[in-house]
Amino acid sequence: MPLLEIRNLHAKIGDREILRGIDLTVNAGEVHAIMGPNGSGKSTLAQVLSGRDLYEVTEGEVLYDGKNLLEMEPEERAREGIFMAFQYPVEIPGVSNLYFLKAALNAVRKHRGLEEMDAMDFLSFVKQRMQLMEMDQELLNRAVNAGFSGGEKKRNEIFHMAVLEPRLAVLDETDSGLDIDALRIVAGGVNALRSPERAMIVVTHYQRLLNYIVPDVVHVLSEGRIVKSGDKNLALELEESGYAAFEEEEAEALKRA
Amino acid sequence: MTAATEHAAPYLAALPVPSGQSWLDGLREAAARQFASRGFPQTSEEEWRFTNVAPIARVPFRPARAEDARQEAGALDATLFPAAGAGRLVFLNGRFAPELSSLVPGITAGSLAEAIGREPDAVSAHLGRHADIAANPFVALNTAFIEDGAWLRVAKNAVPEQPVYLVFVGGGSDAPTVCHPRTLVTVGPNAQVTLAEIYIGAGDGVAFTNAVTEIVVAENAVVDHYKVLLEPLETFHVATMQVWQGRSSNFSSHSFSMGGALVRNDANSTVEEGGECTLNGLYVAGGTQHIDNHTAIDHAKPHGASHELYKGILDGKASAVFNGKVYVRQDAQKIDAKQTNKNLVLSEDAVINTKPELQIWADDVRCTHGATIGQLDAEAIFYLQSRGIAREDARALLTRAFARDVIDRVKPEPLRHLLERALARRLE
Repeated sequence: MPLLEIRNLHAKIGDREILRGIDLTVNAGEVHAIMGPNGSGKSTLAQVLSGRDLYEVTEGEVLYDGKNLLEMEPEERAREGIFMAFQYPVEIPGVSNLYFLKAALNAVRKHRGLEEMDAMDFLSFVKQRMQLMEMDQELLNRAVNAGFSGGEKKRNEIFHMAVLEPRLAVLDETDSGLDIDALRIVAGGVNALRSPERAMIVVTHYQRLLNYIVPDVVHVLSEGRIVKSGDKNLALELEESGYAAFEEEEAEALKRA
Repeated sequence: MTAATEHAAPYLAALPVPSGQSWLDGLREAAARQFASRGFPQTSEEEWRFTNVAPIARVPFRPARAEDARQEAGALDATLFPAAGAGRLVFLNGRFAPELSSLVPGITAGSLAEAIGREPDAVSAHLGRHADIAANPFVALNTAFIEDGAWLRVAKNAVPEQPVYLVFVGGGSDAPTVCHPRTLVTVGPNAQVTLAEIYIGAGDGVAFTNAVTEIVVAENAVVDHYKVLLEPLETFHVATMQVWQGRSSNFSSHSFSMGGALVRNDANSTVEEGGECTLNGLYVAGGTQHIDNHTAIDHAKPHGASHELYKGILDGKASAVFNGKVYVRQDAQKIDAKQTNKNLVLSEDAVINTKPELQIWADDVRCTHGATIGQLDAEAIFYLQSRGIAREDARALLTRAFARDVIDRVKPEPLRHLLERALARRLE
């Protein structure tokens, strides 16, 4: 059974339809890249998978581990092992990174029938995960993302992922706005978390990230549909030709419609 | 008799017997006359526009007895306050209870009634000299009833290490009762003290606490003051804190209002040259609670500074008022005043009225103010959910986080823990 199976997914925000029939199958152990121009629906797909209620699913279904994902609350999805790294991580003044992660991890552990982690065990576990992301431990006691630089926020996202150990990670433009050093660290963290049990969907606008996180499958999204899928070479092709070719095809299609 | 004064009559019929000290009896009589002619304030008065005290005026309160509150006081150690022994003075319906209290080295503290008998000159030099009976009818009412209360004197240069906790236990009777807690604090030059007024209720009956606190901060003294209101949701609570700050003194007060049906706090300070005044606060109101905080900082002389941060959390059909006055007198150049009021509104029916009131006669000053009213950030709620935290837990976490920065400023650890627990309970 695939870990994730998306069938004919349609979603809209307000009156605007953004996803117009997505089909996608992701197996455990695979890394899928989803590329596409601005407005193609990449981030919408990521948000719909994580349960953001701004979007309304109008058609289709999503099975996660054989279960109907769309019926689950966002927190339930997280506890079932879905993690989304936000394109724009949210600042939460007044809540320390450490407190937040402990609450999150224990919610997940409880759901899985595990004991809550005590403070000392948690701290040593978390510190070990921080090293992976080359993060300053001082960030643990700071409020979540508050006053973090853009790079620190993105690293913090992958750090959260490393702590929560999801089965399906969705990285929403985690590379955007990163300098090359930060990109290497983020990619290093992601690669360290690749495993046969875990799948990842890497949403990106740029091919650059895929030099560091080498995908098994690349999909091109345009106008709310996957218009092409291939191996990692498809990303390189795109780098050469750009998205214009796909957009032109779509524009033609729209004219005909 | 006007509508404003008709409800004053039962109070005037229950005035205390003369003390035999002519200055005190004169003070009480003047206050009683003031209250008799003025009566309870009306919403037609600017100062009381958003706070209708008719629900207080129309209840036939009888004066509360100390004994009414004794039973609750017995449970203080277990329920309220871990810091027993660390300078705790307990007052039952405004009357000092020595058997429940313990003193702090370096401070003269205890019963106001005893101090009036023992050192009338020291008391009369300040009692009723700062809290103005003409400015606020509730101050007049409290003053007309001065018998006992809290008396605290910190000697020149004294720096007691332990904070002083003044615990006021009110109510406790089946019938509606009123008490008028009175506190006088004088802090000598170069002295430094931390004190907290904590108001709790005995039982859940209807009660009315009408408190007045006068704090005199001498030259170069430092005072760290806290006021914590944890009375039951049936209690009416009206309080004025009037502070006088001498040259180069530093006064800071944090006010936490988490209880009471109808609450009005006035926190006022007059600041002499080079004085610094901080007035911070947190109010948490749900159900049909109404909490009104009026502050007034009067920069009378130059080179002063004031800082204000008041935060409010409103839910249900609660309402709140924040009114922050800052006066900068003509001579008071080089004043730096900052005022901020932030409100978190959790329901559609809650109401907040916030109003800065800056009156500036000097020309070389910096005064800023800002007010915000907002809801919980939907993005933040989703972010927490997406990490596995349940929606309701996420809301509670973010609400506590909003209050966090005011509670974090509380220096005595036992008090901070008390407030954290009280806030968590209040938000349940």
